[in-house]
Amino acid sequence: MLRIFKKILTTGVVTEQFKVPKDEELEQLGIEIKRYIDKKFSGSIAIRQVDAGSCNGCELEIHALNNPFYDIERFGVHFVASPRHADVLLVTGPVSRHMQTALLRTYEATPNPKWVVAAGDCAACGGEFGVSYASCGAVSNVIPVDAVVPGCPPTPLALMRGLLGLITAEK
Amino acid sequence: MSSSNWTADFLSRLSTDITVTQIDISSVTLWQIESHAWQQFAELAVQQNLRWAAGWAEHIEHRFFINTCFEKQGEYLLLRTIIDASNPELPSQATVYPAANRSERHTQDMFGIKFVGHPDDRRWTRHQAWIEKNYPLRKDFPVQGTPVGITPPDMHYPFIKSHGAGTYEIPVGPVHAGIIEPGHFRFQAVGELILNLEERLGYVHKGIEKIAEGREPESLARLAGRVSGDTTVGHCWAACMAMEQAAGVIIPPRAALIRGILAERERVANHMGDIGAICNDVAFVFAQMQFSRLRELWQRTNATVFGHRLLMDKIIPGGVVCDLSDESCALIKKEITELRKELTEVILALDLNSSLEDRLYTAGFLSEEIAAAFGTVGYVGRASGQDKDVRRDAPYAPYDQVTVKVTLETQGDIASRLWVRYKEIRTALRLIENFIDRLVAGELRAEWQTPVAGSEGLGIVEGWRGEIISYIRFDADNNIARFYPRDPSQLNWPALEKLVLNNIVPDFPVCNKSLNGSYSGNDL
Repeated sequence: MLRIFKKILTTGVVTEQFKVPKDEELEQLGIEIKRYIDKKFSGSIAIRQVDAGSCNGCELEIHALNNPFYDIERFGVHFVASPRHADVLLVTGPVSRHMQTALLRTYEATPNPKWVVAAGDCAACGGEFGVSYASCGAVSNVIPVDAVVPGCPPTPLALMRGLLGLITAEK
Repeated sequence: MSSSNWTADFLSRLSTDITVTQIDISSVTLWQIESHAWQQFAELAVQQNLRWAAGWAEHIEHRFFINTCFEKQGEYLLLRTIIDASNPELPSQATVYPAANRSERHTQDMFGIKFVGHPDDRRWTRHQAWIEKNYPLRKDFPVQGTPVGITPPDMHYPFIKSHGAGTYEIPVGPVHAGIIEPGHFRFQAVGELILNLEERLGYVHKGIEKIAEGREPESLARLAGRVSGDTTVGHCWAACMAMEQAAGVIIPPRAALIRGILAERERVANHMGDIGAICNDVAFVFAQMQFSRLRELWQRTNATVFGHRLLMDKIIPGGVVCDLSDESCALIKKEITELRKELTEVILALDLNSSLEDRLYTAGFLSEEIAAAFGTVGYVGRASGQDKDVRRDAPYAPYDQVTVKVTLETQGDIASRLWVRYKEIRTALRLIENFIDRLVAGELRAEWQTPVAGSEGLGIVEGWRGEIISYIRFDADNNIARFYPRDPSQLNWPALEKLVLNNIVPDFPVCNKSLNGSYSGNDL
């Protein structure tokens, strides 16, 4: 137990501060996100992530949003286990035809008002997989999309920027 | 491990009614036999302790080529039979090798080849995106298919049922509660105890094999790098190795060393992320925070040195597109020294934690017998006594210059898989240092040569999940005729159905994470 406390104390807080230019950007982004969330969503926005056919690359970077460097929850953004609890669907991948109904049902299960963010090149435009017998291509071919975050995969910073873009846009 | 020439001995044991034609394709021995002996060959192979490693088919004009890849003592054997497309049938090998089960079902769905005597001939990869009696990998099937507006859900898949007082079913997925790939799990349980688990995958089938056809080598490498995003280096390397074999291209030594560094960096990143996630699944958040922090630092170095956090598209046919300066080498070495120190601190805290021990030891037990029967590979196999590692057993450049220490355990539980992965991080760190020390000045890319139409190659590498086998055949004009990547997950997923038995339902996430199969790499 002592080892755990020692490691926690010596690690300190690594969450990005105002030091390096890159970190400043992150902090700035976060503060803006928080300002809009406070105004429009009473301090919190709930995201349900849906992998609709991704290669798992985007998921790794979305996971990183919760690591202690980005710690996106401090800005009031958190991931939830059910679409019924969500304000935002964060969808990755080209939509595989086998996931089409599942995505539609997840969309229907999300209460209004709701927003959809298509994360990654595949979700944005079909990416490397495009449209085929097995793939519907971009997420917008299946459900309405409010914001797009390109990248293969998008970096955690790009994802944060995308979320900010979404919540600052007039809906 | 030196090859013991078991192939000659094996040939002499084959009964006289099996005619073997030996063909040499690149570095792998290829034996062609008649289709009626397909199962008979497998029976002898299992007696001789050959491991079933991969199976795939190919449509060429009016015939189907069906292939199985076996391995023993690091030597790979490609077995092939050719059947007429008008009557596509041959005896199943799944009766002999459980590992062949889903692979044959995939081939059945994609080519319409019937495996006679198959113990479970339900559809596997096909849900409802294309109709029965349509086969996407036949050459007359258009890549666009004939999809309907909304693909219906796969309502009527015949799951195994349970009956009796107190048994109930829990359907889970395809959309899961976490940030994770989609798949369906059907549990039968009594109280909290899991009686049976049935996996239903195929949700992220993206037609990778079909859309690979007609691509040029560089485009194929990009696609291979997205078979499973967490294994982008591994799959890209295997596919490039196969293409290079087919084209007779030898990569420069510097490129091989850099590939080795990329692959080991991918291994370290994934192992760190997963060790944290395993601990998180038993609510030990300290480890999750520490390991996700270390992983983030590691990925940032990837971005600084190689220009991509996950190292995508750094390997290309003929070599690599990234170089390492002296400063970068120094940076990586410094990072490794610091990481070792941190790992020691964190892992001691894990090791001495009784609540973690309580949850991870004996949970999710996979016996050596089951691991062997299913041909389980990678850290899942190595935690259950399967002493296999391509880097040591069938070394390819740059692993042929170094000694790879393979971690082996026989305990077979979640703790064992966690420790194997921890030790593999330590080995990978040493390998990276070793490869950096061996770096010689030189080219990063060999000149590409258009292969003769019909050229084949088989790339076999040890990805972070385990052995990856990638098959390539070229058409004329540098175009790909067939690409088949066998992700380690295809062999490891069935082991999950076994290792969760008699565990409690709430322990399923941690059992699943300890194996961490790729859905995308499985569904293709």
